[in-house]
Amino acid sequence: MSLLTVVYALLFYAATVILVAGVAYRIRLYATTPAPLKIPTMPAPLTNTGVVVRMARELFLFESLFKSNKWIWLFGALFHFGLALVLARHLRYFIEPVWTWVVLIQPFGIYAGFAMVAGLAGLWLRRIVVNRIRYISRASDHLMLALLVGIGFSGLMMKYVARTDIISVKAFFLGLMRFDWQPLPADPPLLVHLGLVALLMIVFPFSKLLHAPGVFFSPSRNQADTAREKRHLAAWAAPLDAQRDA
Amino acid sequence: MAKQDFTTPAFREDRANPAMVPGAMEHSSPFFAKPEHNQALGFPGELVPDWERKAVEKLGDLLKKNRALKVYLDSCVKCGACTDKCHYYIGTGDPKNMPVARQDLLRAVYRRNFTIGGKLFPGLVGAKDMTREVLDDWYKYFHQCSQCRRCSVFCPYGIDTAEISMAAREIMDHIGVGQKYCNEIIGKVHTIGNNLGLPEAALKDTMEGLEEDVEEDTGVAVKYPVDVQGADVLLVTPSADFFAEPHVDGLIGYGKVFHQAGINWTVSSYASEAANFALFIGSYEQMHKVAVRIRKAAQELGVKRVIFGECGHAWRVAYSFLNTLAGPWDFLDPRYPVPQHICEVTHDLIQRGALNLDPSANDDKVVTFHDSCNVARASRMGDAPGGQFHIPRAVIKAAVNKYVDMAPDTICEKTYCCGGGGGLLTDDLMELRVKGALPRMEALQEVVDKHGVTHMAAICAICKTQFAKVVPYYGFDMDMITSVHQLVGDALLLGTKE
Ligand code: SF4
Ligand code: SF4
Repeated sequence: MSLLTVVYALLFYAATVILVAGVAYRIRLYATTPAPLKIPTMPAPLTNTGVVVRMARELFLFESLFKSNKWIWLFGALFHFGLALVLARHLRYFIEPVWTWVVLIQPFGIYAGFAMVAGLAGLWLRRIVVNRIRYISRASDHLMLALLVGIGFSGLMMKYVARTDIISVKAFFLGLMRFDWQPLPADPPLLVHLGLVALLMIVFPFSKLLHAPGVFFSPSRNQADTAREKRHLAAWAAPLDAQRDA
Repeated sequence: MAKQDFTTPAFREDRANPAMVPGAMEHSSPFFAKPEHNQALGFPGELVPDWERKAVEKLGDLLKKNRALKVYLDSCVKCGACTDKCHYYIGTGDPKNMPVARQDLLRAVYRRNFTIGGKLFPGLVGAKDMTREVLDDWYKYFHQCSQCRRCSVFCPYGIDTAEISMAAREIMDHIGVGQKYCNEIIGKVHTIGNNLGLPEAALKDTMEGLEEDVEEDTGVAVKYPVDVQGADVLLVTPSADFFAEPHVDGLIGYGKVFHQAGINWTVSSYASEAANFALFIGSYEQMHKVAVRIRKAAQELGVKRVIFGECGHAWRVAYSFLNTLAGPWDFLDPRYPVPQHICEVTHDLIQRGALNLDPSANDDKVVTFHDSCNVARASRMGDAPGGQFHIPRAVIKAAVNKYVDMAPDTICEKTYCCGGGGGLLTDDLMELRVKGALPRMEALQEVVDKHGVTHMAAICAICKTQFAKVVPYYGFDMDMITSVHQLVGDALLLGTKE
C-alpha cells in the first residue's frame, strides 16, 4: 500500500466525517432554534402542501432568482443543475452494479460538466465585472469559486486530456466503503481533483455552502400563511402570556 | 442635525444600473434617544461599559431565539441578486445600502464571534470585531433600512434584511444606543396609549369635532364614538388618523361605511393606536406590551370584533403577530377573522350590496394605488393569497371610475417603499426619506404623464405622511395623496340605505 493511497484514504474518511457531522449539527441547530413570529414573505401559500410546492419551485426553478436577475439565474442554474448531473454521474464510482438510470445519464453528465464550469465562469466574471457584486465579494467568495472551478477543470482534464484508470479509481472508492483499501492511481489530475473535492467537503459546513441546508429552514419561505387561524407561539415567549393575564 | 442641503435625485435615465457612490450617506444618522427614552423601555440610558462584549452577548442570545437570524446570517452566498433592489441604494447610491452589504455589517461581527472561519481567518471571510467604527456603521445604516422586505422577495433564500436590521437595533438598544424617534414614541404608547401622546379628552374632542364636520357636510349624523361599552366593533387605527391630513379623511370614510352598514363601533382611548413601533426596534417584549393594550381594550369594552384602520406595519403586526402576541381571541365572535382590515370589511359590504357608492363623485380624479410594503409583503387580506393586492384595488374601483396601476415591477409584491417606513419617518432623516422615495416617484411620474393620474391612494399612515412631505420635492402637489377610505367616503351616498 503506497503512502499516497493511505493519505488519500484517511483524507476521505476525515472529510466525510466532517461533512456529515458538520451539516447534521447545523441542521439540528436550525431545526431546534425557534422562529418566534410568522414571517413568510407574502403572498405565501395557505397550507403545508403549498409550502412544499413553493419550496420545490425555489429548489428546481430558482423562482426568486428568476424574478431578480436573469443573468445570475442563468449562470446559477447552469452551475447547480450541471453539478447535480455530474454528481449523479459520479455515482457509478460508488456502486456496483451500477444502477440503470446512472448508466443512462452518463452521456449527459459530460455536457453537464461543461455547463457547470461555464456557469461558474459566468458567476465569477460577474463577481469581477459588476461593481455591486465586486463590492460585496470577499476573498473567500473568490476562493470558493476557484475551488469549484478547480474541481470541474481537473475533472474535465481527466476526461479529455490525461485519462485516468477509472477502474482503479472505482476500486479505490469501493475499497474505502468496504474498509478494504485498494491502491489509488498516482495521476496528477486525479490527485488534484480528489484533493480539492475533499477540501470542499471539509469547508462545506463552515462556509456559505450552508445555503444548501439553509434554504429549507428559511422562515420567509417555509412558513404557511396561517397567522390568523392558528396561534404560533415560541416556547421562550409563552411565559409573557402569564404576565399579561395576571 | 443631519445636513439639509441635499439635492433631490433626478429621475434616472438608466434604471438597470444604479450608480454607486461610496460613502454617499455616511453622514446620515438619526437623533439618539435620551436616557429617559431608553430607560422607559427598560433599556440602559446610555452606552454601557464593556458594550463591545455585551453587544456580542446579545447577538448570541438572539441567535438562540430567532431561527431567521441564524439561517440568514449563514446562508447568504453573495450572489448579488438583491444588490439593486433597495430603494435606499437606488436613491442614494451608497453601497452600504445594498441589502447584502447592510446584512454584512452585522454578519461581520457574527462571523468573527460565532463561526470557525471568522475566528481563524477573519480577513478572508470579512469578519470584524465589535468596535466603535462598526457600531457607528450599524447605527447609521441600520437606520437606513425601512424593513420593507423588498430584498427578501428577490433573494433565492428569502433572506430578509428587515430581520437583520431589527436584530441590530435590538442589540443597540441593549447596550444603550437607542433611536430617539422610535423609543420616545413607544414610551408614549405605554403611558398615554398612542404615538402622538393624544390624551383621552383630546381624542373625544376630536371625534366630536368630526361628527359636527360630517353632519355639516352631508346633513347626516354619522357617529364617531369613543369608549362605548358593548359596541360590536373595536376600531384600532393609527393615531395620525385622528388629525393629520390626508389621514383624517380616511377615518371619516370608515365612520361613513360603518354608519351605512349599521355597524355599531367604537375606538378605545386606552388602545388608541394601531401602530406598533416596537416592531421597528425588533423587540418582541415591547411589541407584546403594546399589542396587549388592544386585548385589554377589547375585553373591557366587551366588543365582538376587532377592525384595523389603514396602516401598513400596524397591519403586519395585526395580521401576522396579533394572534401570537395577544391571542388567543376566543372571546370574540368566531364568525369573523381576528383582526380584520377595514378594507376587508368595506370590500365585503360592497360585495353584499350593503353600500351605495356613486363613483362619479370622484370623477375629478384619476387614481393610482401605492401598495404599502408591510401590507404587500408581510400580511394578507381576505381568504386567498394576494388578497392584499386585489381587495384595496377592488374597493378603490368601486369608489372611482378612473383607476390605473403603476408599472408592474413597482407594485404588489414588488412594490417600492414610500421611503419613510421602519421608524425612519423623522425630520432628522429628511435627506434619506427624499432620496429613498425616488423609485416610487419615478413610477408615479410615468402614470401622471401617460394617464393623467391626479391622486395616489395609500392605506398606511406612514406612507401618507411621508408622501405628503416628500412628493413636493419631486414637483408634485402634496394634495395628490389620499386615503383609500376618503375615496370611499366621498363616493358613499349617505342616507340611502340606513
Ligand atoms: S428591507 Fe427594504 S430598506 Fe431594508 S435593505 Fe431590504 S429593500 Fe432595503
Ligand atoms: S440575494 Fe440573498 S444570497 Fe444573494 S447576495 Fe442578496 S442576501 Fe445574499
